[in-house]
Amino acid sequence: MESLTFRHTTEKPLGGTAPSAITGVVASGNLEILLERVLPPDACEVAIETPIAGYGPVWEAVVADFVARAQPGGLRISINDGGARPDTVSLRLLQGARLMEA
Amino acid sequence: MAAPLAAGTDPRALSWYEATARQRVAALADPGTFHEFLPPTERRMSPHLPLFDLPRAFDDGIVVGRARLDGKPVLVAAQEGRFMGGAFGEVHGAKLIGLLRAARDLRPAAVLILFDTGGVRLQEANAGETAIAEAMRAIAELRAAGVPVIGLIGGRAGAYGGGGLIAGTCSRLAVSEGGRISVSGPEVIETNRGAEEFDSRDRALVWRTMGGKHRRLIGGADAFAADTVAAFRAAALDLIGRAPAFDLATLEAEQARLEARIARFGDCRDATEIWARMGVNDPDAVPAMTTASFDETVARVAEAHHDAR
Repeated sequence: MESLTFRHTTEKPLGGTAPSAITGVVASGNLEILLERVLPPDACEVAIETPIAGYGPVWEAVVADFVARAQPGGLRISINDGGARPDTVSLRLLQGARLMEA
Repeated sequence: MAAPLAAGTDPRALSWYEATARQRVAALADPGTFHEFLPPTERRMSPHLPLFDLPRAFDDGIVVGRARLDGKPVLVAAQEGRFMGGAFGEVHGAKLIGLLRAARDLRPAAVLILFDTGGVRLQEANAGETAIAEAMRAIAELRAAGVPVIGLIGGRAGAYGGGGLIAGTCSRLAVSEGGRISVSGPEVIETNRGAEEFDSRDRALVWRTMGGKHRRLIGGADAFAADTVAAFRAAALDLIGRAPAFDLATLEAEQARLEARIARFGDCRDATEIWARMGVNDPDAVPAMTTASFDETVARVAEAHHDAR
């Protein structure tokens, strides 16, 4: 298993009041994403556990793109990966942010 | 915890087969009443999977909690069939057993188990096998205390292995066409006995041997539900209302039912032979029947209706 953690500073906090949300399932080509509103409003941390080693730079790019688009300030995001493709990861992250905005 | 659903989707119209465990629970219960025990934020994950370099799930593949069903308090457990085939590991099993034992004190109107499992998780097999045995004992004790345990089976993993055994101890079972109930799976039988005994690639054979329609016709399941959350909710409510007592008379009736079944159908080589002997007019038409016409067929089959279990 490879563990990756990325920390970002956001320009604003994510809207909404949901304290936590989960989306996706740990299955082949899929992943689960747990989002918790536990950090300072301008901080976002994404921690990833993946059985597919060696894709750190791809994860870094996908997470940076998500942070720039969603501005998920305040969120700690934990990912259990089942070998999802980058587009699936992107989709799930945005799905998760949407749930937290509810 | 929130479960994702596309905007405008009626949750009760969701396909049970396609839905995740979280979506099933949220849509099955009265809106907003589900309260999860040990939610993903608690991170109660498998201590064994990392040894095998396998990914874990925050809920170890089972969602447990309390909810209301048509206003009645119920406890609910839902397996996620897509995480490791919904298989029982140590934490997964402990969550189900804990829920069943809590029910002895809380005395809800029912415990609902949304099965979706291939059986025991091989990477933590000893813990999984123990969990199966403990779950069966907990169900027997709960039923003896007067709390019905209702199994709902319509997920992609079916109810196999130890999950099939646990299902056999429930007060009542509802199954959909996609749901399958058995102990040894098709591939297991073929591996041990050869393709002449059971060809696991013959999907029609698998479904007419282990599928929901056959289980309903022979009285193994007590309700047949269309593949929607709404249909399973209606079936659950109906079954809670007519769960049999767990006493000597029920067990003796079940023993007599099973003895009569093996005597009457023991020499049949295919499910269609059994259906023909039961008086189904056109056995070959059963797999393609709609829910409505299948319900009419079931109504005419004596074996499908009994007070045993």
